[in-house]
Amino acid sequence: MTSMPPLVHVDQQRQAPSTVLEKIRHTYPASSRIPDAVFGVIILISAISVFAIVVLVAWELIEKSQLSLHQFGIKFFYGHDWDPVNDSFGAMPFIYGTLVSSALALLLAVPLSIGVAVYITEMCPQGLRAFISFMVELLAAIPSVIYGLWGIFVLAPLLRVYVQPFLARTLGWTGFFGGPMYGLGMLAAGIIMAIMVVPVIASITREVMTAVPQNQREAVLALGATRWEMIRIGVLRNARIGIVGGIILGLGRALGETMAVTMVIGNRPEISKSLFAPGYTMASVIANEFTEATGDLYLSALVEIGLALFIVTLIVNALARLLVWSITGGTARVRA
Amino acid sequence: MFAIAAAVLVLVPLLAIFLYLLIKGIGSVNIAFLTQTPKPPGETGGGMANAIVGTGLILAVSSVIGLPLGIGSGIYLAEYGRNRFGDLIRFTADVLNGVPSIVIGIAVYSLIVVRQKHFSAFSGGVALGIMMIPTVARATEEMLLMVPNVVREAALGLGISKWRTTLSISLRTASAGVITGCMLAFARVAGETAPLLFTAFGNQFWNLKLNQPTAALSLQVFTYAISPYDDWHKQAWAGALVLILLIVGAVAAVRITTSRGMMKGA
Repeated sequence: MTSMPPLVHVDQQRQAPSTVLEKIRHTYPASSRIPDAVFGVIILISAISVFAIVVLVAWELIEKSQLSLHQFGIKFFYGHDWDPVNDSFGAMPFIYGTLVSSALALLLAVPLSIGVAVYITEMCPQGLRAFISFMVELLAAIPSVIYGLWGIFVLAPLLRVYVQPFLARTLGWTGFFGGPMYGLGMLAAGIIMAIMVVPVIASITREVMTAVPQNQREAVLALGATRWEMIRIGVLRNARIGIVGGIILGLGRALGETMAVTMVIGNRPEISKSLFAPGYTMASVIANEFTEATGDLYLSALVEIGLALFIVTLIVNALARLLVWSITGGTARVRA
Repeated sequence: MFAIAAAVLVLVPLLAIFLYLLIKGIGSVNIAFLTQTPKPPGETGGGMANAIVGTGLILAVSSVIGLPLGIGSGIYLAEYGRNRFGDLIRFTADVLNGVPSIVIGIAVYSLIVVRQKHFSAFSGGVALGIMMIPTVARATEEMLLMVPNVVREAALGLGISKWRTTLSISLRTASAGVITGCMLAFARVAGETAPLLFTAFGNQFWNLKLNQPTAALSLQVFTYAISPYDDWHKQAWAGALVLILLIVGAVAAVRITTSRGMMKGA
């Protein structure tokens, strides 16, 4: 009800409403003025609730982690010792596990997702396009716990029997692939997470590639480029900022991934160079120990890990959204 | 060539997961599984009936919280929020979408569970409801923005008040898309486990009360999968299959009921 100035003018000339209130009463019939205001307030409240929830989550995390924050200070983040019995807590093994498993996941997922996106947007026959993008979206709809179940009973034995012996034989000299082969461990976590992150990166990459104007492609082709050169120069280079945004968004998803990783990573708070060795991540230590935490300091230390996770994902997501928005102008539908 | 290989490589795990779910799950889904509560560790048999009902209970609470708030903030973003404050809300919604589910679990634990002094289905529902809001809000906004302004102007020109225009004209026109968005959010939280670990907590027995600890299918699958018992592993596969089927079934049911009758979109 914003655009009715002419009516007001006529009214003013005829009877010159004396107050602002009267003016409003003239423009808005009484029957809809109050309901409109009420509706506006209800809608505003629900919008504010989104903001309030984020603030409330942050506040709860900060408040509940005070104890551990004061006790350990910055040392919490580089201490190696996780010893609930002696009330000594250092989060380094979990931070290491989260970083390494996420990096591994991205290393595997990025080329795959870009490949899928290129296939869907540039090479795929029209009839197959919707089907393949549906299948990739479906990967995102599978619950994390089912990935974990599959990881324990299908992927881990597969790794133990075939993949890990092969890696140890061929790449064992690097030191990354040595030691006992359990199947479960950092490598399994990285692979499972890669599968879960692919739909996130692929859908964003597809989106920004579609946003590249068609005449860019035509121009590059007209210069005599092959199809691959066209994709590389005409499309990927123009979409690179958005693709980086998608990768960062995938990183955000990987950092916070809990159930599947908890089920396959082996849950041992140690730092080991070998990817075969079991590890532990920030999210999975919370999942495993939160309900069993005895003592306020123990609980507070776990909440502090949660707070760190919250802040890191906040920054990562904000960065990613800004990058994707700068490409697609804020219209990209982002599902994570 | 590489792109084709990538597409194939991505589809392989998807097919493998569904195949294994079907093969391993279907043998263990039987009447007992769907009607009985879990047996104590070591005994074979029993089922996950209480967990299926518990998941329904938690999802009902989360929908009651998440859908109205999500649709409401979506309406705000599309109809009122073309300004700085709207941008802030839009950004916050996207940030909330990226917050790890386990962190939301901790927050709800300290907000509700600690104050109530016990785990409950209600707190689990709140945690999942919070996770639904951003997805629903952004989908609603996007769909409302696709409704042409001419439609709104026509309604307002007929003297229909703004709230009627928004609800009965704009939202009605966009309803198909909004419902799809709600379904996506619903499907996303239906399989969530992490936030339920310390809110709904799980339960070996029947529970229909909102303020009591409640079993959930996803929680049960997790507990059984990491247990050392073969029989429980079988049940975990069965639970996972039922979970997937429930999600797909719910989504399909909403699709069918909304594709005809009064809720049909433009």
